[in-house]
Amino acid sequence: MTHPANRAQTVSEQPAAKAQRVDAAEVAKRIVREYGIYLAFVILVVVLSFANKYFLTQSNISNILLQTSINGVLAFGMTFVIITGGIDLSVGSVVALAGIVSASFATTSPQATVAGGPYPVFVALIVGVLVGSASGAIIGPIVARFNVPSFVATLGMLSAARGLTLIYAGGRPVPALIPQYRWIGNGSVFGVPAPVVIFAAIFLVCWFVLARTRFGRYVYAVGGNARAAKTSGINVVAVRFAVYVISGGLAGVAGMLLAARTGSALTQAGIGYELDAIAAVVIGGISLSGGIGRMTGALIGALIIGVMNNGLDLMGIESYYQQVLKGMLIVGAVMLDQRRNQGG
Amino acid sequence: MAALLKVEGLKKSFGGVIALRDARFELEAGTVHALCGGNGAGKSTFLSILMGIYRRDAGKIWRNGQEVEFSSPAEALASGIAIIEQELSPIPQMTVAENIFLGREPPGRFGGVDFRKMNAAAQTILDDLGFAISSTRHMYSLSVAQAQLVEIAKALSHEAEVIFMDEPTSAIGHREAHQLFAVVQRLRAQGRGIVYVSHRLSEIFDVADRYTVFRDGAYVDSGLLADVDRAHLIRMIVGREMSEEYAKINTPSDEEGLSVAGLTSPGKIDDISFTVRKGEIFGIYGLMGSGRSEIFDCLFGLDRPSKGEVKLFGKPVSFAAPAQAIAAGVALVTEDRKLTGLNLTDSIRRNISLVSLRDLSPNFVVNSGREAKASRDTINRFSILVGRDVDPVSSLSGGNQQKVVLGKWFLRNPRVLLLDEPTRGVDVGAKREISRIVGDFAAAGGTVVMISSEIDELLGVADRIMVMRDGRAVDVLDRSQATAEKLVHLSV
Repeated sequence: MTHPANRAQTVSEQPAAKAQRVDAAEVAKRIVREYGIYLAFVILVVVLSFANKYFLTQSNISNILLQTSINGVLAFGMTFVIITGGIDLSVGSVVALAGIVSASFATTSPQATVAGGPYPVFVALIVGVLVGSASGAIIGPIVARFNVPSFVATLGMLSAARGLTLIYAGGRPVPALIPQYRWIGNGSVFGVPAPVVIFAAIFLVCWFVLARTRFGRYVYAVGGNARAAKTSGINVVAVRFAVYVISGGLAGVAGMLLAARTGSALTQAGIGYELDAIAAVVIGGISLSGGIGRMTGALIGALIIGVMNNGLDLMGIESYYQQVLKGMLIVGAVMLDQRRNQGG
Repeated sequence: MAALLKVEGLKKSFGGVIALRDARFELEAGTVHALCGGNGAGKSTFLSILMGIYRRDAGKIWRNGQEVEFSSPAEALASGIAIIEQELSPIPQMTVAENIFLGREPPGRFGGVDFRKMNAAAQTILDDLGFAISSTRHMYSLSVAQAQLVEIAKALSHEAEVIFMDEPTSAIGHREAHQLFAVVQRLRAQGRGIVYVSHRLSEIFDVADRYTVFRDGAYVDSGLLADVDRAHLIRMIVGREMSEEYAKINTPSDEEGLSVAGLTSPGKIDDISFTVRKGEIFGIYGLMGSGRSEIFDCLFGLDRPSKGEVKLFGKPVSFAAPAQAIAAGVALVTEDRKLTGLNLTDSIRRNISLVSLRDLSPNFVVNSGREAKASRDTINRFSILVGRDVDPVSSLSGGNQQKVVLGKWFLRNPRVLLLDEPTRGVDVGAKREISRIVGDFAAAGGTVVMISSEIDELLGVADRIMVMRDGRAVDVLDRSQATAEKLVHLSV
């Protein structure tokens, strides 16, 4: 490994022309290293647009974004958790729980509604976010205060939240959602599907929080070196708690998007979604050991999965093969990351 | 007859820091040879090279007159060199016998392990050594002292001709230590060679026949212990030449800065009291594990003392978390910059700003302009050698990393500076700069408490020095009365 300090010294001792050449090569390397995943995404899009005429049409792009939105929202929450060095396996089940509970406030079905329903749509939406955040608020102290590994704590929630979903709904779906509720899954704003607008807005907020705020810095510091963070006066317990609440809250949003799109909330919704969210995060170059990664990485990771699924669909490749390819993509992306980190 | 082990001109450096410049060593059969030296003398590096853990940069090693090179611990073991390490590395979920025979379990039927044979063999080894430990107990159920004895049994079970013992008594009690010494004498009578590393000089005079002294990574002297006395040995370990790089610039005022009375944390520190004035550099000397860092933990809200009173500028304080200590103007430069000082996965700039984010971002959003300026100012102020401050902090040399740690705390404009080994693993140039920075801080009226294992540094920088042993403060020496000999003598 070259020490930048040494590099700076040697460069200054060399003739200017040579120094510039060295710098240009360095810069090129750095660009590939830091932006390789974006490059891969662009290449994927270019290849697919040549492979299929329909791929780059407006309706297909809109379709891809729609398909990506739910996984993307989950991946953004997962990113916070993973950068602190944790993992959240519960999001798939929380999608179902928050979806069902929220829907029960916005259904016209007399069997499924809570007393006095349907309530105004904003009540149902707030309930959904609260249910999601609450599940995170249960995981938070278990991980942060009692030091249970996040894998175990959220695995427990994965099971418990699914069970609570079935108990709450008596094992039946919640159908017949009010039109205002269905709008968030099927409506559009200036021709852009509503879930895509929500997806974009959540991305911007999450990106801003992680990259620009003090809290974002604390997330990195806790994941990079929790002991150093503690000595630096950061409340490590509070930061860990907060990331699970964020992840849970966003799982709640995803659950409502899913229920709204299908027009009814299902108890079996969201099964396996946690794995897709983790896949997006990992493909986006966010390190599972914590401290490293960006929100844009999660966005690109989610988009790559979405684009790949869509492209393979368009080319008429069976979904069985898609799963194999996705598996290879996840492992390949991390292998590249490892090489980058060691050879950096 | 050729020596069991002979080493000449061994060199090793890490990055830019030289750990060994010229190590020499010769071990005869049937002797116990003490390897002496202060922290940073290069003993650990020396042992690691002989055990095949590190590759040497230069130098030669002969084993029974034959030149050798080990590239793995297994190769060193195969040539008859075993080590009893200071840091234990047992597998807690396994039994004592399984740990002793790890990697060479006696084969049983169907490719399994012959547990009966293994347990019996392990028990024989333990009984022979006089250790009252059952070979079928699980490691986690043993005390630290017992685990250390198992580690010793494991190393001896290899029937090695050369046995390194690195601080073997640091974790065991008086009784176990005497069992160990008896074993050492038995091994010597069998004609094996034992290399004994320990900070406890009285122990060395008890158990060893010969000595070799390293200082600053180089061979100083060797000979028969019968020919030297304790004071002479200390002088060789410490070195005479007092480096002039510590220019004294601060003068203590009469105003009280930090005062500690009766500070106690059970099992760590016991009844510690001292007062540091503004403008004073108060040194703390002691061996590792003497309770030095634990004082800082209590002062900084990382540990809750069970008893004791802390006053800051005359006002009683009690910190439940580091954030409160920081808010009160206390800064803590921790002992291990990799473990507790830096976030190595992040950039130089973000490490510098971490403690000061609250000031740099009053509205929750980090003011990146102010952050960049703070980083730039710090880099200039401490002449930290960096390419770009957005590069990872892990890309810096040890000395520059340490200056980043100092810089991140100085950015807060602290009033009290707690320094734990501020110059460990740092080269001479950076050492000088760091002591200048600390001196300037005290000269400007700051209160400094500095823990160091480097006697030269303490004697050069500190106004008074407190010596710690076994969690207690043994004595406080004034600058005028403090000598290297006294410090070492009080600490062991």
